[in-house]
Amino acid sequence: MPQEKHFIWPHKDLLDVSQLSLEEVSHLLDTAEQFHEINQRPVKKVPTLKGKSVVLFFAEPSTRTKTSFDVAGKRLSADTFSLSSSSSSLTKGESLKDTALTLEAMNPDVIVLRHKANGAAQFIAERLDCAVVNAGDGCHAHPTQALLDNFTLRRAWNNEYKGKTILILGDIKHSRVARSNINLLTRQGVKVRLCAPRTLLPHTVHTWPVEIFQDLNKAMEGVDAVMCLRLQLERQQSGLLPDLSEYARMYCLTANHMDMAVEGAKILHPGPMNRGLEIASDLADCKNSRVLNQVSAGVATRMAILYLHATRKDKGV
Amino acid sequence: MKNLFIFNGLLRKKAVDILVSGSTIVSVTPHGEVPAPEDAEIIDATGLIVFPSFYDCHVHLREPGFEYKEDIESGLEAAAHGGFGGVMAMANTKPTNDSASVTEAMLQRAQQTWPNGPYLYPIGAATIGLKGEELAPMGELAEAGCVAISNDGVPVGGAEMFRHCMEYAATFGLTIIDHCEDPTLAKDCHMNEGEISEAIGVKGQPVVAESMQVARDILLAEFLNLPVHLAHISCKQSVDLIRWAKARGVKVTAETCPHYLLLTEKILNNYSTAAKVNPPLRSEEDRLAMKEAIKDGTIDIFVTDHAPHADHEKEHPIEGAPNGISGLDSAVALTWTQVEDGTISEDDFIKLWAEKPAAIFKLPLNTFAEGDIADFFLFDPKEEWKLTEDAMHSKGKNTPFLNTTLKGRVKAHWLGGTRIV
Repeated sequence: MPQEKHFIWPHKDLLDVSQLSLEEVSHLLDTAEQFHEINQRPVKKVPTLKGKSVVLFFAEPSTRTKTSFDVAGKRLSADTFSLSSSSSSLTKGESLKDTALTLEAMNPDVIVLRHKANGAAQFIAERLDCAVVNAGDGCHAHPTQALLDNFTLRRAWNNEYKGKTILILGDIKHSRVARSNINLLTRQGVKVRLCAPRTLLPHTVHTWPVEIFQDLNKAMEGVDAVMCLRLQLERQQSGLLPDLSEYARMYCLTANHMDMAVEGAKILHPGPMNRGLEIASDLADCKNSRVLNQVSAGVATRMAILYLHATRKDKGV
Repeated sequence: MKNLFIFNGLLRKKAVDILVSGSTIVSVTPHGEVPAPEDAEIIDATGLIVFPSFYDCHVHLREPGFEYKEDIESGLEAAAHGGFGGVMAMANTKPTNDSASVTEAMLQRAQQTWPNGPYLYPIGAATIGLKGEELAPMGELAEAGCVAISNDGVPVGGAEMFRHCMEYAATFGLTIIDHCEDPTLAKDCHMNEGEISEAIGVKGQPVVAESMQVARDILLAEFLNLPVHLAHISCKQSVDLIRWAKARGVKVTAETCPHYLLLTEKILNNYSTAAKVNPPLRSEEDRLAMKEAIKDGTIDIFVTDHAPHADHEKEHPIEGAPNGISGLDSAVALTWTQVEDGTISEDDFIKLWAEKPAAIFKLPLNTFAEGDIADFFLFDPKEEWKLTEDAMHSKGKNTPFLNTTLKGRVKAHWLGGTRIV
């Protein structure tokens, strides 16, 4: 259980990383470190959130994020309840507001929401008294992913962000992971590069605090880490890509590309991966890959997030 | 009928006394020049401006089909209090106003609920069911009382089909109003495409979705030598094209709404569904271009695009909320800001709300000449008031200006000499 005292978590909800100061991020990741240690023990369960309830409301398909939150909640001894859109009254035409109000009437301490609508987490957070954690809303934000990525990079870079360079590769336009990571990493002094075909970049990307590349070889020069994003296969049907083999030829991360990066550069991917399309299969499994570390980091980070938000009202942590 | 004597009102900045007998204006004289007739009802208009009743040429009254959002009675009530003596209602009702029976039912309802006005001027659909496939029976619609034609809400994407709509509408002397939006570029969009949409992840509509269709309509109007009226223009590129077209003598007229002069996409940073509107609120550069366009006459008229919705419909994440702002109650005060900040003169204000709408759509106009119909309202340009739900007469309370303080208020309104407010 975290030992640090006198840090009162100021946020009812976690909607996006942009709401967190760097000091708060640091505190959250320090807390996650302690939970990460607990996760290595033979007995991984602690009574920290005993008697608290966490609703996992995933109105959009998800395996790893939902499982990660579920494991995180259970390891803290919280009672977790799952709800998907197919099993909720949303399929009967109930509005998001009414579903959320119904859930709150059952007095949970935290609602973890994934939803396809941008701003969905903010929408229910404004209407509910319990904590709301955004587990991904449309193309907007995925703060818990950005925090777990940050945890992974912090470990890989020995807590030194400043002066490091990371490349985010793939479908930036539709990626909530990219948006949240860009916000956090650039504030930490990391130089962020983006590489994607023009159809997968936002129209106003030139106003973002990033460097833009279309040529993957050039983009890889001197990077300390590369974060591949999942390509949603329907992008081809929607006319954004000519065909997937051309995409793979131009933008699939391979060992040759890694030769351009600094030695030991780390590879991240939020998953699930399309091997051979956005990342070569051997790279996904290589020693510099941090893909599985991200999964472990996800549980620890989400334990910290649930802990900070579920106990916020108690008296500071 | 008893005579009416309005004294010391400001008509185009001159203090005047107005004598009304029955439904018409008898005289307009400098204040104090003639005594009030003994038998007249006397109204003190000191400090108030006298405006001819305004026209709102672009409203959605939701009846038939969506009476829970608004109905003809409540919409006309909002119009009366908003200073509008006539409103032109779009055809996206249910059933669509694409047949004489729907037009007649709408007019009958208006006559039953507001026999002395405000007056309803229906706009017929351009295509059956607004589907863009078959021409609507525009001759029948004109005979039934439609004053214009439009597929507003569901733009006609096909250029050839729109050409036919223009030609067929002209056959009956009807002007076509186009909602300029390329459906392929605007598909599934919920706000303006720009830095904010891309930061918050919402699919944005690029300005070219509007301006490409503006260009198409202008080129067709020139080619066919027929008029076209462009609805709710929102961006700089569109007004640049309209300015170019007018200089060439193309028969193009255009309108804009208060929100495009006062708000930008920034208000949607917090997913404000009250400000979700189509076309979407644009950038500051676009907003300034719209102000320039009302100043130099590129934009001919103000409209509200009054689009009332029920509260529960707007209370959704942005992708699930409908487009639209309820505008009739607040439009005059909101646009009066443009006079206050010196963008336009009071004369321009009258042109934009009354004279040009009447000219474009061939509607009656009170010029305050002897014998003119006594349609006018008194406006207090200094009164500050809060736009609360209670202060609104429309059923739709969906406006981003809710609970803000506005300046300038309609104090009294007469149509045909009968006081309606």
